[in-house]
Amino acid sequence: MTEGIGARVLRKEDKRFLMGKGRYTDDIVEPNQAYAAFVRSPYAHAEVKSIDASAAEGMDGVVAVLNGEQLTGDGIGNIICGWAVTQKDGSGMNMGAWSALATNKVRYVGDAVAVVIADSIEQARNAAEAVEVDYKILPAVAQSVDALASGAPEIHENAPGNVVFDWEIGELAPTDAALEGAAHITEMEITNNRLAPNPMEPRSAIATFNAAEDHYTLYTTSQNPHVARLVLSAFYQVAPEHKLRVIAPDVGGGFGSKIYIYPEEITCLWASMKTNRSVKWTSDRTEAFLTDAHGRDHVSTAKIGFDKDHKIVGLKVNTKANLGAYMSLFSSAVPTYLYATLLSGQYNISNIYCDVQAVYTNTVPVDAYRGAGRPEACYLLERIMETAARELGVSPAELRRKNFVTSFPHETPVIMTYDSGDFATNQEQAMTAADFDGFEARRAEAASRGKLRGIGFSNYIEACGIAPSAAVGSLGAGVGLWESAEVRVNPVGTIEVLTGSHSHGQGHETTFTQVVAERFGLPTENIQIVHGDTDKVQFGMGTYGSRSGAVGMSAIFKALDKVEAKAKKIAAHVLEASEDDIVIEGGEVKVAGTDKTMGWHEVGLAAYTGHNLPEGMEPGLKETSFYDPTNFTFPAGCYICEVEVDPDTGVTDIIQFVASDDFGTIINPMIVEGQVHGGIAQGIGQAMLENVVYDDDAQQLSASYMDYAMPRADDLPNYSVHHASTECPGNPLGMKGCGEAGAIGSPPAVINAITDAIGNNDLSMPATPSKVWAALQAASAKQAAE
Amino acid sequence: MTEVSMTVNGKAVKADVPDNTLLVQYIREHLRLTGTHVGCDTSQCGACVVHVDGKAMKSCTMLAAAADGAEVTTIEGIADNDLHPMQTAFKENHGLQCGFCTPGMIMTATDMVKRYQADGLELTEDAIRHELEGNICRCTGYHNIVKAIADGASKMTSA
Ligand code: FES
Ligand code: FES
Repeated sequence: MTEGIGARVLRKEDKRFLMGKGRYTDDIVEPNQAYAAFVRSPYAHAEVKSIDASAAEGMDGVVAVLNGEQLTGDGIGNIICGWAVTQKDGSGMNMGAWSALATNKVRYVGDAVAVVIADSIEQARNAAEAVEVDYKILPAVAQSVDALASGAPEIHENAPGNVVFDWEIGELAPTDAALEGAAHITEMEITNNRLAPNPMEPRSAIATFNAAEDHYTLYTTSQNPHVARLVLSAFYQVAPEHKLRVIAPDVGGGFGSKIYIYPEEITCLWASMKTNRSVKWTSDRTEAFLTDAHGRDHVSTAKIGFDKDHKIVGLKVNTKANLGAYMSLFSSAVPTYLYATLLSGQYNISNIYCDVQAVYTNTVPVDAYRGAGRPEACYLLERIMETAARELGVSPAELRRKNFVTSFPHETPVIMTYDSGDFATNQEQAMTAADFDGFEARRAEAASRGKLRGIGFSNYIEACGIAPSAAVGSLGAGVGLWESAEVRVNPVGTIEVLTGSHSHGQGHETTFTQVVAERFGLPTENIQIVHGDTDKVQFGMGTYGSRSGAVGMSAIFKALDKVEAKAKKIAAHVLEASEDDIVIEGGEVKVAGTDKTMGWHEVGLAAYTGHNLPEGMEPGLKETSFYDPTNFTFPAGCYICEVEVDPDTGVTDIIQFVASDDFGTIINPMIVEGQVHGGIAQGIGQAMLENVVYDDDAQQLSASYMDYAMPRADDLPNYSVHHASTECPGNPLGMKGCGEAGAIGSPPAVINAITDAIGNNDLSMPATPSKVWAALQAASAKQAAE
Repeated sequence: MTEVSMTVNGKAVKADVPDNTLLVQYIREHLRLTGTHVGCDTSQCGACVVHVDGKAMKSCTMLAAAADGAEVTTIEGIADNDLHPMQTAFKENHGLQCGFCTPGMIMTATDMVKRYQADGLELTEDAIRHELEGNICRCTGYHNIVKAIADGASKMTSA
């Protein structure tokens, strides 16, 4: 079977993208559409005294100028966070109100106070500039640590001290006791820099209210159109679900930032009803920096203890997580259940305690960005492991190996149960691929040229395949995280699969097809994947958390089981054989051991003609499954980065980047490798280039590609990507997920390599040439002083 | 308003457009050729690259009026039928994921290959990476784009 599971099938979706025939939201034009331009606060924190739209309203082409009073007056609800985290003291989190258009206060630069709807985008933008807003500027704060300081400006009335929640996991007293008795302690302060996700397609929405039907249609750049519909309906009261169709057509990357339901989509829907026009909004890049949810932004202290045999005895972590000005949809889950639950890493650690203060600041809301919490956990743990190895004078590979979890299932002290893995094999494979043994010779050779070589490890584990509904429900999630699929066999035998997963670059149209092709031995061209439209697909929770394989494909697998069972019943009846003797392969449905056979298409036809079906069977061949996973899945691996630093300039070259991943079953290695490449690129970007910078007035200084360093081809190496898989026992295909691993595993490998090269462990991300150079100077000054 | 006339993908087109209309707006909104994308507002990302008189240009940095009388080729016009060898190379090397940067990448790549071939220069991996300075891809990490362009270059030579 050349197109089934494990085959490097070229992508079915490529042709339309290559020909310029992709259909992204901004490509769509509705008849008589108007354009929205938002009036945004230039201040990070201010009272809105008054809004004067009279000049704007009189301008050419202006249809309406609408504000937050009108929006809330029409009963549009506040934007909510969908995951309720419980604080240490048992109380709920302090969620401040977030209206799609701010009413009396703005809390970050870019917070929208009004919207102009006009015939053309130019007219809308010009009129937006003519809207006069009288602001009373308030003191602002951008950093979590500053927002927690006494006397800091209060951002939301109901969040005293700007604390959204103070949360903990693990046991404090035993962890303190274990650290007390440790033979060696390593302590670090670790900052995880703030990032802007930057999918290349900016967010966009086009909303149409049909007054005759009392019905709304929204095209939008979403990773989860059904969740968007649910939230828009149940919480924002824009329209009841059956009166709202959400379509996420081709979407140009998401990386988390297109999970959430933003003020702009809500406003476009509402404005369409107000103006009786289709209303379109497309973000420009500056607006994207100012309004797309950011990622990361943790400041942590960590303490790890080892016994005399270098076994870890305890880990204690405190983290301050910056959530920005408002709580975005999944924001509370990121620095808690997606972060601290992974602090055991690949290691046997009996005692872990972590507490997290989530903090409001006058910055863009922070939510999940590729990896979401897990990169922060991995960075913290893998930096401190490497540092500990250096302090103990042992090989970082050996220290890790000594502490690996080796038997499964393994329960960590931070509520995860690892189901499978072979961490030592991944590490070995990576070390072989990186020619680790030859490193010292390469270091010496580089030194002879005046260059500094370094090598760094990162052994990551992450939890994805998100997630068992009852488990996440008990932790505060407002939704279940199952996935659905419908498999429709047509009367001619071709197959449509309707999935609740959403592809925005992941290649589902190809990989999902492969799973179906494998099952029935059909050519992939006979199979079509349908996704992204709430009118077509039954329901779905969408794509994030590397869940489309482990959860989305499992739903397809289960629906295929049902289709197969019914097809066998029909064939057994027609061929007058026992159901148990029917086999389906190569597009044929056969009675094993005989020459009795029917074509797959003949079974389809029999199902739909209904002329000769078993007694009592309904006609048709279409089955649905709602698959709820039984556990998270645990992709893991070992990444090794080798760098060369020019001591004169601080410029770092990545000489090689090796990845050995355990993703469980791989459907299409070509696509999986592509996911790893992209993830590593984003991780290297975080480690060396990218940083969202705010000044003291909480103005974002990095809101364009002139100021925010996106990784370019010249900044990045080729990647050496390998797999060593153990099957995941938790789902029928044995899949673990691969979408985020690269972004999770790579940053610590890079920083461990650079700090190894320069002999100074005091280096924060992004490790720009000037920072590396300064760290080198500090190291040599220290050496000179000693 | 200005009257602009040009040849786009081999077809003569003419329109009255506001003076400040960018070439990319003209292509996307007036001609409805939506394969050319907009990914930034500072001329950095290359999603908008088209060929103007045979040279790769960022259509977001050029007024439609400045292309008056020019021959413009967009992604939709690059192949006579089916796929151009560079498009095939992107497919075969998995050089695209979400596809948003892809049209700009292909237009930059074909221009790059033609220039190097005309100058008799070898299009090395380093050269490709350097030449991609003006094109950002957030999905692929560039590994497969670089491979695709090298492969596309040899396909274009043998075509
Ligand atoms: S849109 Fe032209 S360079 Fe970004
Ligand atoms: S393929 Fe998505 S930006 Fe390049």
